[in-house]
Amino acid sequence: MATVNPEIDHLLRRAGFGVSANDVDIYRDMSHTRAVDYLVDYEGRPDDVDERMGRPDHALIATKDLFAPDIDIDDARQRWLFRMIHSRRPLQEKMTMFWHNHFATAYSKLAVDSGERQAAKMLAHKAGTLRGPQGQIELFRQYALGNFRDLLIQVAQDPAMVIWLDGQSNTKAKPQENFGREIIELFTIGVDNYVESDVYAAARVFTGWNLRGSDDYRKDEYGDLNAYQEFVYNAGQHDTGDKTFSFPVYSNGGRTIASRSESAGIQDGIDLITALATHPETGRRLARKFWSFFISDVHAPDPAFVESVATVYLQGRTEIRPVIRHILNSPWFTNPEMQFARYSWPAEYVIRSIREVGWQNFSVDKVRSPMAAMGQQLYEPPNVGGWPPGAAWFSTGTMLARTNFAATLAASQKPFLAATVTPLAGTPQELLDAMLVRVTPAPLDLLPRQALMSYLAAAGSWTGDGEQLNTRAAGLARLLIGSAEYQLV
Amino acid sequence: MDLSRRLFIRNGVATVTFGIAAPSFLTAIADAQGIRTRNLVVVYLGGGNDALNTLISYRDAAYYSRRPSIAVPAGQVLQVGSDAAGQAMGLHPRLGGLLNIFNEGRLALVQRAGYANSSRSHFEAGDIWGTANPQQSTGSGWLGRYLDVLPRPLDALAAWNTTAETPRALISGTSGVPAIPNASTYTYASPNRGAAATQERTAAQTMASNPASGRPHLAFVNSTALGAIATLDRVALATSYTPTVAYPNGGFADALQTVAGAMVRGIGSRVFWLQTGGYDTHAGQGGGGGGDYANLMGTLGDGLWAFYSDVRNQGLAGDTTVVVFSEFGRRISENGSAGTDHGAAGVMMVLGGSVRGGLHGTAASLAPGHPTLENNSGDVRYETDFRSVYASLLDQWLGVSSVPILGGDFRAGAPAIF
Repeated sequence: MATVNPEIDHLLRRAGFGVSANDVDIYRDMSHTRAVDYLVDYEGRPDDVDERMGRPDHALIATKDLFAPDIDIDDARQRWLFRMIHSRRPLQEKMTMFWHNHFATAYSKLAVDSGERQAAKMLAHKAGTLRGPQGQIELFRQYALGNFRDLLIQVAQDPAMVIWLDGQSNTKAKPQENFGREIIELFTIGVDNYVESDVYAAARVFTGWNLRGSDDYRKDEYGDLNAYQEFVYNAGQHDTGDKTFSFPVYSNGGRTIASRSESAGIQDGIDLITALATHPETGRRLARKFWSFFISDVHAPDPAFVESVATVYLQGRTEIRPVIRHILNSPWFTNPEMQFARYSWPAEYVIRSIREVGWQNFSVDKVRSPMAAMGQQLYEPPNVGGWPPGAAWFSTGTMLARTNFAATLAASQKPFLAATVTPLAGTPQELLDAMLVRVTPAPLDLLPRQALMSYLAAAGSWTGDGEQLNTRAAGLARLLIGSAEYQLV
Repeated sequence: MDLSRRLFIRNGVATVTFGIAAPSFLTAIADAQGIRTRNLVVVYLGGGNDALNTLISYRDAAYYSRRPSIAVPAGQVLQVGSDAAGQAMGLHPRLGGLLNIFNEGRLALVQRAGYANSSRSHFEAGDIWGTANPQQSTGSGWLGRYLDVLPRPLDALAAWNTTAETPRALISGTSGVPAIPNASTYTYASPNRGAAATQERTAAQTMASNPASGRPHLAFVNSTALGAIATLDRVALATSYTPTVAYPNGGFADALQTVAGAMVRGIGSRVFWLQTGGYDTHAGQGGGGGGDYANLMGTLGDGLWAFYSDVRNQGLAGDTTVVVFSEFGRRISENGSAGTDHGAAGVMMVLGGSVRGGLHGTAASLAPGHPTLENNSGDVRYETDFRSVYASLLDQWLGVSSVPILGGDFRAGAPAIF
């Protein structure tokens, strides 16, 4: 039911959020390369997922009085979770999460600066719903497989980012280094490839990159929802002096951004972003992050993979789409050893669970609190470095949160689970086999298999009747989803 | 962002040794460090406590003139003597339990605790107290960094958070602190009840005990699952505790009773985090020593007195230190709705059987224009850097060097609370 074949299952765990029953028909007859194209060229499928909120056969949305995902952060979380479950473009949502982690921006700081509603709007506003620029997450969605240089320019001018990294206080009299540092250290070339003076120079480059409020904008909770802040280049606050870097800024090898007039000074930032985006180390840094995200965070990046991906990135003039297509078709990705050689992020874990176990009468709002306990609250990364990767997702507390979520989900789907396995559960072994088609942990060794069979044997003589199946199908689902094997993707 | 967290992320790998510690092994480590049973219980008063009505400068005429409807009458305050500046001070009348501890010499009242340019945002101020960094209040917390320096493997219950969400102070670069808002429901959830639920837990435990040879990452996740199950039993042990005194009703006292249970049962937790809320008293605080604020004081004082009495009866008072703080104090003058708005410096309270009690620091003089005030005399100016109290707790109580944890040396100027 929720498995196509090991190769496609692997692809959908990494480039999406796992296999749902609906996916089986779509992917059954596709080759790997064809399936990659289907995922990567997602514009071929409609972006209709938001319109399907509230429809039957979908997960539920919980509403307090009004569902307001453009101005309420909890509702914005619900909308994104719903999209992860039901989008026809899973790779777009997956890459949106990648960029959310790469350019990690936290709601809480924005809320302090601008109030809760404006903060939510800056992160999650879907263009056209209200006046003002689209939210940061919509930017990431728009550029999910877009051009990285263009995305960097958009991010540098994104109101949420300007507030998050203190661009508002970056003036020519007192350059503020926060954004200048992070765009070099975290967003592009990375540590060991620059010197401190580059950070100071970068801060000066971005002086005057600021925000302005619409006429009706007020920094509090009761202002007009249509009010907004938007990027402005404040020429009078731009430092017009030369800025020299330790790395080439121009293709002729020039390292100095020459003095420009105030009015033309915004070009300094475009020049620097272009230089950073096309720096060879940026390609390598992104390649290593893509390795962790798509291939494995158990195995260290293969240097040959890093060079190969960085080359595609640079040859493609910083386009991300060819990079991802290359990765998903690469021998590193299709190497069977890489199947389940990755720790799932909480979002991946809960969404895959829901897609495999079921979402009938299940509200995505029930996911928010458990995800926070698992260590990943959407729109609230711990700091600009993003969530700590890999094994750091797991501790006793977060693992308990995961297994207890498995119980919540299994309990909610009890009658539906029993109904679907009834014809397949003539014996305990048949029930386990049926459940393992639906719910797909990493391969189970003999000991956990025996534990599961013992659990079924403890039901007493097997009748396969309603109550027995109700109990044991849900119990099995909970054990499988709560297992260590299932935490790997 | 704090340095260790950055390095942790930069390296892109978890450089931490994870594992499950046998309690006996931990005890051995703790014995070697000579701090086997010392506990730190942190109590956060959520919302910004009105410190001027907690510890009252009852002979300051400006206290009454600036708070005409919410001042506590001088005749009601529980006198605790005069501070170093000669100001006569008294506790709120509902803090009788704390007066008892004070009179035993085991309650330190640190006046005007705070930092320069105090934030008036609940969130930012909470993060500043959590990170111990007024300049950059994101990243790990001061108690999280304490956990980071403890020997590995770190016990899963080294710290115990009694609230649902992990506070900034407990965010660690290496360890997750279990959130146990209600110990009696901190259990292994099941879609079933009765025997089937028990059998599920047995099955889960067996599954997690699979050595998973050849798959070290799977073995690691199994170890966290086993650790969680082991944690459950130890938490359950704490909840089976029968206290020696009657605790008041309410969530705060319930949490304190669980903490006492964990201590008496020898669970091994070093740090406990508790919160009691409702301190954002913008309106209707109550006058004449009664009303909403008095209820808050009653919850706090009665709960802490029960806890202190209980652990003392158990012979654990000398191993226990409680520190009470809030993210900021409140304005000196009451507002138009008989409440107070967000202010600056506040009062920290430290109590326990090893604490050197007394009035530390000096009270603000509340008449406008006095140098102990700031913000056009609207607020109390801080005198004692809150990080110096943290430094004493780390250096003198928990037995680790405060300097790397706090990112600076705050030992000078620390009140002599031990």
